[in-house]
Amino acid sequence: MKRFTLISVPYLWLIVLFLVPFLIVLKVSLSDAALAIPPYSPTLDLSQGWAGILVWLDGLDMENYWFLADDNLYWKAYLSSLKIAAISTFLTFLVAYPFAYGMARAADEWQPTLLMLVILPFWTSFLIRVYAWKAILSVEGFLNQFLLWTGAIHDPLIILNTNVAVYIGIVYTYLPFMILPIYAALEKMDASLLEAAEDLGCSRFSAFWLITFPLSRQGIIAGSFLVFIPAMGEFVIPALLGGSRTLMIGKVLWEEFFSNRDWPVASAVAVILLLILIIPIILFQRNEQKNREAQG
Amino acid sequence: MKRLSWFNATSLTLGLAFLYLPMVILVIYSFNAGKLVTVWAGFSTKWYGSLFQNEAFMNAAWVTLKVGFISSCLATILGTMAAIVIVRAGRFPGRTLFSGMIYAPLVMPEVITGLSLLLLFIAIGMDRGVLTIILAHTTFSMCYVSVVVSSRLVAFDESLEEAALDLGCTPFDAFKSVTLPIIAPAVISGWLLAFTLSLDDLVIASFTSGPSSTTLPIKIFSAVRLGVSPEINALSTIMIGIVAFGVITVSLTSKRAITRAKREEQKAFADA
Repeated sequence: MKRFTLISVPYLWLIVLFLVPFLIVLKVSLSDAALAIPPYSPTLDLSQGWAGILVWLDGLDMENYWFLADDNLYWKAYLSSLKIAAISTFLTFLVAYPFAYGMARAADEWQPTLLMLVILPFWTSFLIRVYAWKAILSVEGFLNQFLLWTGAIHDPLIILNTNVAVYIGIVYTYLPFMILPIYAALEKMDASLLEAAEDLGCSRFSAFWLITFPLSRQGIIAGSFLVFIPAMGEFVIPALLGGSRTLMIGKVLWEEFFSNRDWPVASAVAVILLLILIIPIILFQRNEQKNREAQG
Repeated sequence: MKRLSWFNATSLTLGLAFLYLPMVILVIYSFNAGKLVTVWAGFSTKWYGSLFQNEAFMNAAWVTLKVGFISSCLATILGTMAAIVIVRAGRFPGRTLFSGMIYAPLVMPEVITGLSLLLLFIAIGMDRGVLTIILAHTTFSMCYVSVVVSSRLVAFDESLEEAALDLGCTPFDAFKSVTLPIIAPAVISGWLLAFTLSLDDLVIASFTSGPSSTTLPIKIFSAVRLGVSPEINALSTIMIGIVAFGVITVSLTSKRAITRAKREEQKAFADA
Protein backbone atom coordinates (compact mmCIF):
# COMPACT_ATOMS: atom_id res chain seq x y z
CA MET A 1 0.00 0.00 0.00
CA LYS A 2 2.81 2.39 0.95
CA ARG A 3 4.67 1.52 -2.21
CA PHE A 4 1.51 2.26 -4.15
CA THR A 5 1.24 5.80 -2.70
CA LEU A 6 4.94 6.42 -3.25
CA ILE A 7 4.65 5.57 -6.92
CA SER A 8 1.23 7.03 -7.64
CA VAL A 9 1.66 10.55 -6.24
CA PRO A 10 4.54 11.69 -8.51
CA TYR A 11 3.16 9.54 -11.32
CA LEU A 12 -0.26 11.18 -11.26
CA TRP A 13 1.31 14.64 -10.93
CA LEU A 14 3.38 14.10 -14.06
CA ILE A 15 0.49 12.59 -16.00
CA VAL A 16 -1.82 15.50 -15.19
CA LEU A 17 0.74 18.30 -15.57
CA PHE A 18 3.07 16.92 -18.23
CA LEU A 19 1.47 14.21 -20.36
CA VAL A 20 -2.11 15.51 -20.53
CA PRO A 21 -1.03 19.10 -21.39
CA PHE A 22 1.04 17.73 -24.23
CA LEU A 23 -1.92 15.74 -25.56
CA ILE A 24 -3.95 18.95 -25.40
CA VAL A 25 -1.30 20.70 -27.53
CA LEU A 26 -1.58 17.88 -30.04
CA LYS A 27 -5.36 18.24 -30.07
CA VAL A 28 -5.35 22.04 -30.37
CA SER A 29 -2.87 21.78 -33.24
CA LEU A 30 -5.59 19.88 -35.12
CA SER A 31 -8.27 22.48 -34.36
CA ASP A 32 -9.13 25.73 -36.12
CA ALA A 33 -8.59 29.23 -34.81
CA ALA A 34 -11.80 30.95 -33.75
CA LEU A 35 -12.89 34.24 -32.26
CA ALA A 36 -14.00 32.74 -28.97
CA ILE A 37 -12.79 31.88 -25.51
CA PRO A 38 -10.75 29.68 -25.74
CA PRO A 39 -9.78 30.92 -29.22
CA TYR A 40 -10.06 27.62 -31.08
CA SER A 41 -12.79 25.28 -32.22
CA PRO A 42 -14.17 22.69 -31.86
CA THR A 43 -14.32 22.35 -28.10
CA LEU A 44 -15.32 19.05 -26.61
CA ASP A 45 -18.88 19.06 -25.28
CA LEU A 46 -19.25 15.99 -23.08
CA SER A 47 -22.81 16.81 -22.07
CA GLN A 48 -24.00 15.50 -25.44
CA GLY A 49 -22.38 12.11 -24.88
CA TRP A 50 -21.14 10.18 -27.92
CA ALA A 51 -22.65 12.60 -30.38
CA GLY A 52 -20.57 15.41 -28.87
CA ILE A 53 -17.38 13.37 -29.16
CA LEU A 54 -18.14 12.52 -32.79
CA VAL A 55 -18.77 16.17 -33.68
CA TRP A 56 -15.54 17.07 -31.93
CA LEU A 57 -13.53 14.40 -33.79
CA ASP A 58 -15.06 15.51 -37.04
CA GLY A 59 -13.82 19.06 -36.51
CA LEU A 60 -10.16 18.03 -36.19
CA ASP A 61 -7.94 18.11 -39.25
CA MET A 62 -4.36 18.61 -40.40
CA GLU A 63 -5.06 22.06 -41.81
CA ASN A 64 -2.57 23.89 -39.60
CA TYR A 65 0.20 21.53 -40.66
CA TRP A 66 -0.57 22.14 -44.34
CA PHE A 67 -0.50 25.84 -43.55
CA LEU A 68 2.97 25.50 -41.95
CA ALA A 69 4.20 23.46 -44.89
CA ASP A 70 2.91 26.04 -47.36
CA ASP A 71 4.22 29.13 -45.65
CA ASN A 72 7.88 29.84 -46.31
CA LEU A 73 8.27 31.67 -43.01
CA TYR A 74 8.02 28.50 -40.93
CA TRP A 75 10.39 26.46 -43.09
CA LYS A 76 12.90 29.26 -42.90
CA ALA A 77 12.45 29.58 -39.14
CA TYR A 78 13.07 25.86 -38.53
CA LEU A 79 16.09 25.83 -40.85
CA SER A 80 17.54 29.00 -39.42
CA SER A 81 17.08 27.67 -35.84
CA LEU A 82 18.96 24.53 -36.87
CA LYS A 83 21.71 26.63 -38.43
CA ILE A 84 22.02 29.00 -35.47
CA ALA A 85 21.99 26.12 -32.97
CA ALA A 86 24.61 24.18 -34.96
CA ILE A 87 26.95 27.15 -35.47
CA SER A 88 26.72 28.22 -31.83
CA THR A 89 27.31 24.67 -30.63
CA PHE A 90 30.51 24.57 -32.67
CA LEU A 91 31.61 28.01 -31.43
CA THR A 92 30.89 26.95 -27.84
CA PHE A 93 33.09 23.91 -28.41
CA LEU A 94 35.92 26.12 -29.72
CA VAL A 95 35.78 28.29 -26.59
CA ALA A 96 35.15 25.47 -24.12
CA TYR A 97 37.83 23.00 -25.21
CA PRO A 98 40.96 25.02 -24.39
CA PHE A 99 39.36 26.08 -21.13
CA ALA A 100 38.43 22.53 -20.08
CA TYR A 101 41.91 21.40 -21.15
CA GLY A 102 43.52 24.11 -19.02
CA MET A 103 41.32 23.12 -16.07
CA ALA A 104 42.29 19.46 -16.32
CA ARG A 105 45.99 20.42 -16.50
CA ALA A 106 45.82 22.85 -13.56
CA ALA A 107 47.21 21.87 -10.16
CA ASP A 108 44.93 19.55 -8.18
CA GLU A 109 44.29 22.06 -5.42
CA TRP A 110 43.10 24.62 -7.98
CA GLN A 111 40.62 22.35 -9.72
CA PRO A 112 37.71 22.60 -7.21
CA THR A 113 37.94 26.42 -7.32
CA LEU A 114 38.00 26.49 -11.11
CA LEU A 115 35.05 24.09 -11.16
CA MET A 116 33.10 26.38 -8.85
CA LEU A 117 33.94 29.41 -10.99
CA VAL A 118 32.52 27.63 -14.02
CA ILE A 119 29.35 26.56 -12.23
CA LEU A 120 28.69 29.85 -10.40
CA PRO A 121 27.31 31.77 -13.43
CA PHE A 122 24.82 28.94 -13.91
CA TRP A 123 23.24 29.90 -10.58
CA THR A 124 22.79 33.53 -11.52
CA SER A 125 19.83 34.59 -13.57
CA PHE A 126 19.93 33.56 -17.21
CA LEU A 127 17.97 36.66 -18.14
CA ILE A 128 20.48 38.96 -16.45
CA ARG A 129 23.44 37.25 -18.11
CA VAL A 130 21.86 37.75 -21.53
CA TYR A 131 20.91 41.33 -20.66
CA ALA A 132 24.50 42.13 -19.64
CA TRP A 133 25.54 41.73 -23.28
CA LYS A 134 23.19 44.44 -24.51
CA ALA A 135 25.36 47.15 -22.97
CA ILE A 136 28.51 45.53 -24.37
CA LEU A 137 27.42 44.92 -27.94
CA SER A 138 25.37 48.03 -28.74
CA VAL A 139 26.67 50.65 -31.17
CA GLU A 140 27.88 52.91 -28.35
CA GLY A 141 28.59 49.86 -26.17
CA PHE A 142 31.77 48.87 -24.34
CA LEU A 143 33.14 46.64 -27.08
CA ASN A 144 32.91 49.42 -29.67
CA GLN A 145 34.30 51.99 -27.21
CA PHE A 146 37.25 49.69 -26.56
CA LEU A 147 37.91 48.88 -30.21
CA LEU A 148 37.64 52.54 -31.25
CA TRP A 149 40.00 53.47 -28.44
CA THR A 150 42.62 50.93 -29.52
CA GLY A 151 42.25 52.14 -33.08
CA ALA A 152 41.40 48.67 -34.41
CA ILE A 153 38.29 50.09 -36.05
CA HIS A 154 37.25 53.58 -37.12
CA ASP A 155 33.52 53.10 -37.34
CA PRO A 156 31.56 51.27 -34.65
CA LEU A 157 30.57 47.71 -35.48
CA ILE A 158 26.91 46.82 -35.61
CA ILE A 159 26.62 43.63 -33.59
CA LEU A 160 23.55 44.00 -31.40
CA ASN A 161 20.33 42.90 -33.12
CA THR A 162 22.17 40.63 -35.55
CA ASN A 163 22.75 36.88 -35.61
CA VAL A 164 26.31 37.43 -34.39
CA ALA A 165 24.92 38.76 -31.10
CA VAL A 166 22.73 35.64 -30.85
CA TYR A 167 25.81 33.41 -31.34
CA ILE A 168 27.69 35.31 -28.63
CA GLY A 169 24.69 35.06 -26.29
CA ILE A 170 24.33 31.30 -26.77
CA VAL A 171 28.07 30.63 -26.40
CA TYR A 172 28.14 32.72 -23.23
CA THR A 173 25.10 31.24 -21.50
CA TYR A 174 25.68 27.59 -22.46
CA LEU A 175 29.47 27.54 -22.03
CA PRO A 176 29.38 25.66 -18.67
CA PHE A 177 27.33 22.85 -20.28
CA MET A 178 30.16 22.27 -22.76
CA ILE A 179 33.08 22.80 -20.37
CA LEU A 180 31.88 20.38 -17.67
CA PRO A 181 31.55 17.15 -19.71
CA ILE A 182 34.80 17.82 -21.60
CA TYR A 183 36.61 18.53 -18.33
CA ALA A 184 35.14 15.33 -16.82
CA ALA A 185 36.50 13.31 -19.75
CA LEU A 186 39.94 14.97 -19.74
CA GLU A 187 40.33 14.76 -16.00
CA LYS A 188 39.87 10.96 -15.99
CA MET A 189 42.62 10.57 -18.56
CA ASP A 190 45.73 8.71 -17.49
CA ALA A 191 48.71 11.08 -17.79
CA SER A 192 51.12 8.18 -18.24
CA LEU A 193 49.63 7.60 -21.68
CA LEU A 194 51.07 10.92 -22.80
CA GLU A 195 54.44 10.16 -21.20
CA ALA A 196 54.50 6.83 -23.03
CA ALA A 197 53.75 8.59 -26.31
CA GLU A 198 56.53 11.09 -25.72
CA ASP A 199 58.96 8.34 -24.80
CA LEU A 200 58.09 6.64 -28.06
CA GLY A 201 59.01 9.79 -29.95
CA CYS A 202 55.64 11.44 -30.47
CA SER A 203 55.66 15.22 -30.64
CA ARG A 204 53.43 16.93 -28.09
CA PHE A 205 51.14 18.09 -30.83
CA SER A 206 50.61 14.67 -32.37
CA ALA A 207 50.28 13.11 -28.90
CA PHE A 208 47.38 15.51 -28.35
CA TRP A 209 45.71 14.55 -31.63
CA LEU A 210 46.32 10.82 -31.27
CA ILE A 211 45.55 10.40 -27.55
CA THR A 212 43.99 13.31 -25.69
CA PHE A 213 41.50 14.41 -28.31
CA PRO A 214 40.03 10.94 -29.04
CA LEU A 215 39.77 10.21 -25.31
CA SER A 216 37.74 13.38 -24.76
CA ARG A 217 35.35 12.55 -27.60
CA GLN A 218 32.57 11.36 -25.28
CA GLY A 219 32.69 14.65 -23.40
CA ILE A 220 32.54 16.63 -26.63
CA ILE A 221 29.53 14.65 -27.84
CA ALA A 222 27.67 15.03 -24.53
CA GLY A 223 28.46 18.75 -24.34
CA SER A 224 27.34 19.35 -27.93
CA PHE A 225 23.95 17.79 -27.27
CA LEU A 226 23.56 19.77 -24.04
CA VAL A 227 24.12 23.00 -25.98
CA PHE A 228 22.38 22.13 -29.23
CA ILE A 229 19.06 20.85 -27.82
CA PRO A 230 18.14 23.89 -25.69
CA ALA A 231 19.63 26.35 -28.22
CA MET A 232 17.23 25.03 -30.86
CA GLY A 233 14.14 26.13 -28.92
CA GLU A 234 15.74 29.25 -27.41
CA PHE A 235 13.52 32.31 -27.01
CA VAL A 236 15.16 34.79 -24.62
CA ILE A 237 18.47 35.17 -26.48
CA PRO A 238 17.04 35.90 -29.96
CA ALA A 239 14.38 38.14 -28.38
CA LEU A 240 16.91 40.28 -26.48
CA LEU A 241 20.04 40.18 -28.65
CA GLY A 242 18.75 39.23 -32.08
CA GLY A 243 17.19 41.62 -34.56
CA SER A 244 13.90 41.59 -36.35
CA ARG A 245 15.57 39.48 -39.04
CA THR A 246 16.76 36.82 -36.61
CA LEU A 247 14.44 33.92 -37.25
CA MET A 248 14.24 31.32 -34.52
CA ILE A 249 11.36 28.95 -34.04
CA GLY A 250 11.01 29.63 -30.30
CA LYS A 251 10.43 33.29 -31.10
CA VAL A 252 7.99 32.45 -33.91
CA LEU A 253 5.97 30.26 -31.53
CA TRP A 254 5.93 33.02 -28.91
CA GLU A 255 4.73 35.63 -31.39
CA GLU A 256 2.17 33.30 -32.94
CA PHE A 257 0.76 32.79 -29.46
CA PHE A 258 1.03 36.19 -27.78
CA SER A 259 0.82 38.61 -30.73
CA ASN A 260 -1.28 36.80 -33.33
CA ARG A 261 -3.25 34.83 -30.75
CA ASP A 262 -3.39 31.92 -33.17
CA TRP A 263 -3.23 29.08 -30.67
CA PRO A 264 -3.76 26.21 -33.13
CA VAL A 265 -0.85 27.33 -35.34
CA ALA A 266 1.34 27.89 -32.26
CA SER A 267 0.53 24.33 -31.15
CA ALA A 268 1.36 22.92 -34.57
CA VAL A 269 4.70 24.80 -34.49
CA ALA A 270 5.37 23.23 -31.07
CA VAL A 271 4.55 19.70 -32.24
CA ILE A 272 6.91 19.95 -35.23
CA LEU A 273 9.69 21.46 -33.10
CA LEU A 274 9.38 18.51 -30.76
CA LEU A 275 9.48 16.04 -33.65
CA ILE A 276 12.71 17.68 -34.84
CA LEU A 277 14.23 17.61 -31.35
CA ILE A 278 13.34 13.97 -30.69
CA ILE A 279 16.17 12.81 -32.99
CA PRO A 280 19.04 14.53 -31.07
CA ILE A 281 17.36 13.67 -27.73
CA ILE A 282 17.27 9.95 -28.56
CA LEU A 283 20.85 10.06 -29.86
CA PHE A 284 21.92 11.79 -26.65
CA GLN A 285 20.17 9.19 -24.44
CA ARG A 286 21.84 6.40 -26.41
CA ASN A 287 25.23 8.01 -26.05
CA GLU A 288 24.75 8.36 -22.29
CA GLN A 289 23.61 4.74 -22.04
CA LYS A 290 26.69 3.58 -23.95
CA ASN A 291 28.92 5.59 -21.59
CA ARG A 292 27.32 4.07 -18.53
CA GLU A 293 27.74 0.56 -19.90
CA ALA A 294 31.35 1.26 -20.84
CA GLN A 295 32.06 2.41 -17.31
CA GLY A 296 30.78 -0.84 -15.90
CA MET B 1 54.85 19.23 -9.84
CA LYS B 2 52.38 20.47 -12.42
CA ARG B 3 53.04 23.88 -13.91
CA LEU B 4 50.63 25.54 -16.23
CA SER B 5 51.99 26.15 -19.69
CA TRP B 6 51.45 29.68 -20.98
CA PHE B 7 48.84 28.34 -23.38
CA ASN B 8 46.75 26.80 -20.61
CA ALA B 9 47.14 29.84 -18.38
CA THR B 10 46.01 32.12 -21.22
CA SER B 11 42.98 30.03 -22.08
CA LEU B 12 41.92 29.87 -18.43
CA THR B 13 42.34 33.63 -17.99
CA LEU B 14 40.50 34.48 -21.19
CA GLY B 15 37.75 32.00 -20.40
CA LEU B 16 37.17 33.38 -16.92
CA ALA B 17 37.27 36.93 -18.24
CA PHE B 18 34.64 36.00 -20.82
CA LEU B 19 32.46 34.42 -18.12
CA TYR B 20 32.75 37.20 -15.56
CA LEU B 21 33.53 40.48 -17.36
CA PRO B 22 29.94 41.10 -18.56
CA MET B 23 28.65 40.69 -15.02
CA VAL B 24 31.42 42.84 -13.54
CA ILE B 25 30.60 45.64 -16.00
CA LEU B 26 26.91 45.33 -15.14
CA VAL B 27 27.66 45.63 -11.42
CA ILE B 28 30.01 48.61 -11.84
CA TYR B 29 27.55 50.52 -14.01
CA SER B 30 24.72 49.98 -11.52
CA PHE B 31 26.56 52.64 -9.45
CA ASN B 32 26.67 55.05 -12.37
CA ALA B 33 25.11 58.44 -11.70
CA GLY B 34 24.12 59.02 -15.34
CA LYS B 35 21.04 57.78 -17.09
CA LEU B 36 23.09 56.40 -19.98
CA VAL B 37 24.30 52.94 -19.17
CA THR B 38 27.44 53.06 -21.28
CA VAL B 39 28.87 56.42 -20.19
CA TRP B 40 30.35 56.81 -16.70
CA ALA B 41 29.10 59.93 -14.93
CA GLY B 42 30.29 59.49 -11.38
CA PHE B 43 29.43 57.24 -8.44
CA SER B 44 25.90 57.14 -7.11
CA THR B 45 23.50 54.71 -5.46
CA LYS B 46 20.41 56.55 -6.60
CA TRP B 47 19.21 53.72 -8.85
CA TYR B 48 19.00 51.46 -5.82
CA GLY B 49 16.85 54.04 -4.08
CA SER B 50 14.50 54.43 -7.03
CA LEU B 51 14.36 50.65 -7.38
CA PHE B 52 13.16 50.19 -3.81
CA GLN B 53 10.53 52.87 -4.34
CA ASN B 54 9.29 51.20 -7.49
CA GLU B 55 6.21 49.41 -6.22
CA ALA B 56 5.68 47.33 -9.36
CA PHE B 57 9.16 45.81 -8.98
CA MET B 58 8.73 45.20 -5.28
CA ASN B 59 5.38 43.44 -5.86
CA ALA B 60 6.87 41.32 -8.61
CA ALA B 61 9.80 40.41 -6.35
CA TRP B 62 7.40 39.32 -3.64
CA VAL B 63 5.37 37.15 -6.06
CA THR B 64 8.60 35.61 -7.38
CA LEU B 65 9.88 34.72 -3.91
CA LYS B 66 6.52 33.26 -2.89
CA VAL B 67 6.27 31.15 -6.05
CA GLY B 68 9.91 30.09 -5.73
CA PHE B 69 9.63 29.03 -2.12
CA ILE B 70 6.39 27.06 -2.40
CA SER B 71 7.19 25.43 -5.74
CA SER B 72 10.69 24.39 -4.67
CA CYS B 73 9.36 22.79 -1.47
CA LEU B 74 6.69 20.87 -3.42
CA ALA B 75 9.23 19.95 -6.09
CA THR B 76 11.66 18.65 -3.47
CA ILE B 77 9.04 16.35 -1.94
CA LEU B 78 7.73 15.06 -5.28
CA GLY B 79 11.19 14.85 -6.83
CA THR B 80 12.60 12.88 -3.88
CA MET B 81 9.64 10.50 -4.08
CA ALA B 82 10.19 10.09 -7.81
CA ALA B 83 13.91 9.42 -7.24
CA ILE B 84 13.12 6.70 -4.70
CA VAL B 85 10.65 5.17 -7.16
CA ILE B 86 13.20 5.17 -9.98
CA VAL B 87 16.08 3.76 -7.93
CA ARG B 88 14.24 1.44 -5.53
CA ALA B 89 10.75 0.48 -6.63
CA GLY B 90 11.87 -2.18 -9.12
CA ARG B 91 9.38 -3.15 -11.80
CA PHE B 92 5.86 -1.80 -11.89
CA PRO B 93 3.39 -1.28 -14.70
CA GLY B 94 4.21 1.87 -16.65
CA ARG B 95 7.77 2.23 -15.39
CA THR B 96 9.12 3.24 -18.80
CA LEU B 97 6.50 5.97 -19.11
CA PHE B 98 7.35 7.16 -15.61
CA SER B 99 11.08 7.52 -16.20
CA GLY B 100 10.35 9.04 -19.60
CA MET B 101 8.19 11.71 -17.97
CA ILE B 102 10.96 12.41 -15.45
CA TYR B 103 13.63 13.00 -18.11
CA ALA B 104 11.54 14.59 -20.85
CA PRO B 105 10.91 17.95 -19.12
CA LEU B 106 14.69 18.38 -18.74
CA VAL B 107 15.14 18.63 -22.50
CA MET B 108 11.74 20.03 -23.44
CA PRO B 109 11.99 23.55 -24.88
CA GLU B 110 10.46 25.99 -22.40
CA VAL B 111 8.13 27.49 -24.98
CA ILE B 112 6.48 24.08 -25.43
CA THR B 113 6.19 23.36 -21.68
CA GLY B 114 4.68 26.80 -21.14
CA LEU B 115 2.25 26.54 -24.02
CA SER B 116 1.08 23.05 -23.01
CA LEU B 117 0.48 24.01 -19.37
CA LEU B 118 -1.42 27.12 -20.40
CA LEU B 119 -3.68 25.07 -22.67
CA LEU B 120 -4.32 22.67 -19.77
CA PHE B 121 -5.27 25.47 -17.39
CA ILE B 122 -7.60 26.95 -20.01
CA ALA B 123 -9.15 23.55 -20.75
CA ILE B 124 -10.01 22.91 -17.10
CA GLY B 125 -11.15 26.50 -16.61
CA MET B 126 -8.52 27.43 -14.04
CA ASP B 127 -7.82 31.14 -13.63
CA ARG B 128 -4.19 32.03 -14.23
CA GLY B 129 -2.38 33.46 -11.26
CA VAL B 130 0.14 32.60 -8.57
CA LEU B 131 -1.24 29.08 -8.18
CA THR B 132 -0.83 28.17 -11.85
CA ILE B 133 2.80 29.41 -11.86
CA ILE B 134 3.47 27.33 -8.75
CA LEU B 135 2.01 24.21 -10.40
CA ALA B 136 4.04 24.81 -13.56
CA HIS B 137 7.31 25.43 -11.70
CA THR B 138 6.82 22.44 -9.43
CA THR B 139 6.36 20.20 -12.45
CA PHE B 140 9.59 21.03 -14.22
CA SER B 141 11.75 21.48 -11.12
CA MET B 142 10.70 18.16 -9.58
CA CYS B 143 12.40 16.45 -12.52
CA TYR B 144 15.68 18.26 -11.77
CA VAL B 145 15.36 17.38 -8.07
CA SER B 146 14.77 13.73 -8.88
CA VAL B 147 17.86 13.57 -11.10
CA VAL B 148 20.03 15.12 -8.36
CA VAL B 149 18.62 12.92 -5.58
CA SER B 150 18.64 9.68 -7.58
CA SER B 151 22.34 10.08 -8.38
CA ARG B 152 22.96 10.12 -4.62
CA LEU B 153 20.57 7.23 -3.94
CA VAL B 154 22.32 5.01 -6.48
CA ALA B 155 25.53 5.34 -4.48
CA PHE B 156 23.73 4.55 -1.21
CA ASP B 157 24.31 1.19 0.45
CA GLU B 158 20.87 -0.40 0.78
CA SER B 159 22.03 -2.88 3.43
CA LEU B 160 22.11 0.00 5.96
CA GLU B 161 18.38 0.39 5.63
CA GLU B 162 17.90 -3.38 5.73
CA ALA B 163 19.88 -3.50 8.98
CA ALA B 164 17.55 -0.89 10.49
CA LEU B 165 14.54 -2.95 9.42
CA ASP B 166 16.09 -6.10 10.95
CA LEU B 167 16.59 -4.20 14.19
CA GLY B 168 12.87 -3.52 14.38
CA CYS B 169 12.47 -0.16 12.65
CA THR B 170 9.29 0.44 10.69
CA PRO B 171 10.00 1.20 7.01
CA PHE B 172 9.13 4.85 7.59
CA ASP B 173 11.44 5.11 10.65
CA ALA B 174 14.22 3.40 8.71
CA PHE B 175 13.80 5.90 5.91
CA LYS B 176 13.68 8.86 8.29
CA SER B 177 16.65 7.94 10.48
CA VAL B 178 18.94 6.12 8.02
CA THR B 179 18.25 7.01 4.39
CA LEU B 180 17.17 10.62 4.74
CA PRO B 181 20.28 11.84 6.63
CA ILE B 182 22.49 10.21 3.99
CA ILE B 183 20.67 11.68 0.99
CA ALA B 184 20.07 15.02 2.77
CA PRO B 185 22.88 16.92 0.95
CA ALA B 186 21.39 15.92 -2.40
CA VAL B 187 17.88 16.86 -1.23
CA ILE B 188 19.15 20.27 -0.11
CA SER B 189 20.98 20.95 -3.36
CA GLY B 190 17.87 19.76 -5.20
CA TRP B 191 15.81 22.32 -3.30
CA LEU B 192 18.33 25.07 -4.08
CA LEU B 193 18.31 24.13 -7.75
CA ALA B 194 14.50 24.14 -7.84
CA PHE B 195 14.43 27.52 -6.10
CA THR B 196 16.89 29.14 -8.53
CA LEU B 197 15.15 27.62 -11.55
CA SER B 198 11.89 29.10 -10.35
CA LEU B 199 13.37 32.56 -9.64
CA ASP B 200 14.97 32.55 -13.06
CA ASP B 201 12.14 31.37 -15.24
CA LEU B 202 10.70 33.81 -17.75
CA VAL B 203 9.14 31.74 -20.50
CA ILE B 204 6.98 29.29 -18.54
CA ALA B 205 5.86 32.02 -16.12
CA SER B 206 4.86 34.27 -19.03
CA PHE B 207 2.52 31.59 -20.33
CA THR B 208 1.06 30.59 -16.98
CA SER B 209 0.79 33.91 -15.14
CA GLY B 210 -2.27 36.08 -15.03
CA PRO B 211 -2.45 39.88 -15.11
CA SER B 212 -2.27 40.14 -11.31
CA SER B 213 0.68 37.80 -10.87
CA THR B 214 3.64 39.29 -12.71
CA THR B 215 6.95 37.76 -11.63
CA LEU B 216 10.29 39.57 -11.55
CA PRO B 217 11.69 37.96 -14.73
CA ILE B 218 8.56 39.00 -16.65
CA LYS B 219 8.96 42.53 -15.33
CA ILE B 220 12.69 42.61 -16.14
CA PHE B 221 12.09 41.22 -19.62
CA SER B 222 9.52 43.84 -20.55
CA ALA B 223 11.77 46.61 -19.20
CA VAL B 224 14.88 45.27 -20.90
CA ARG B 225 13.35 44.56 -24.27
CA LEU B 226 13.32 48.27 -25.02
CA GLY B 227 16.92 48.86 -24.01
CA VAL B 228 19.26 49.01 -21.05
CA SER B 229 18.17 50.75 -17.88
CA PRO B 230 20.26 51.61 -14.81
CA GLU B 231 17.47 50.44 -12.49
CA ILE B 232 17.66 46.95 -13.96
CA ASN B 233 21.43 47.05 -13.46
CA ALA B 234 20.86 47.78 -9.77
CA LEU B 235 18.34 44.96 -9.50
CA SER B 236 20.70 42.56 -11.29
CA THR B 237 23.52 43.51 -8.94
CA ILE B 238 21.38 42.66 -5.92
CA MET B 239 20.42 39.31 -7.46
CA ILE B 240 24.02 38.46 -8.40
CA GLY B 241 25.13 39.44 -4.89
CA ILE B 242 22.58 37.17 -3.22
CA VAL B 243 23.52 34.20 -5.41
CA ALA B 244 27.26 34.70 -4.92
CA PHE B 245 26.78 34.98 -1.17
CA GLY B 246 24.54 31.88 -1.06
CA VAL B 247 26.77 29.67 -3.19
CA ILE B 248 29.95 30.66 -1.34
CA THR B 249 28.32 30.10 2.07
CA VAL B 250 26.99 26.68 1.06
CA SER B 251 30.30 25.55 -0.40
CA LEU B 252 32.26 26.78 2.64
CA THR B 253 29.94 25.09 5.16
CA SER B 254 29.94 21.83 3.22
CA LYS B 255 33.75 21.95 3.02
CA ARG B 256 33.90 22.49 6.78
CA ALA B 257 31.44 19.62 7.35
CA ILE B 258 33.65 17.30 5.28
CA THR B 259 36.82 18.23 7.21
CA ARG B 260 34.96 17.77 10.49
CA ALA B 261 33.69 14.34 9.43
CA LYS B 262 37.23 13.38 8.42
CA ARG B 263 38.65 14.55 11.75
CA GLU B 264 36.03 12.58 13.69
CA GLU B 265 36.79 9.52 11.64
CA GLN B 266 40.50 9.83 12.40
CA LYS B 267 39.75 10.33 16.07
CA ALA B 268 37.55 7.22 16.11
CA PHE B 269 40.40 5.25 14.55
CA ALA B 270 42.87 6.62 17.10
CA ASP B 271 40.57 5.71 19.98
CA ALA B 272 40.02 2.19 18.74
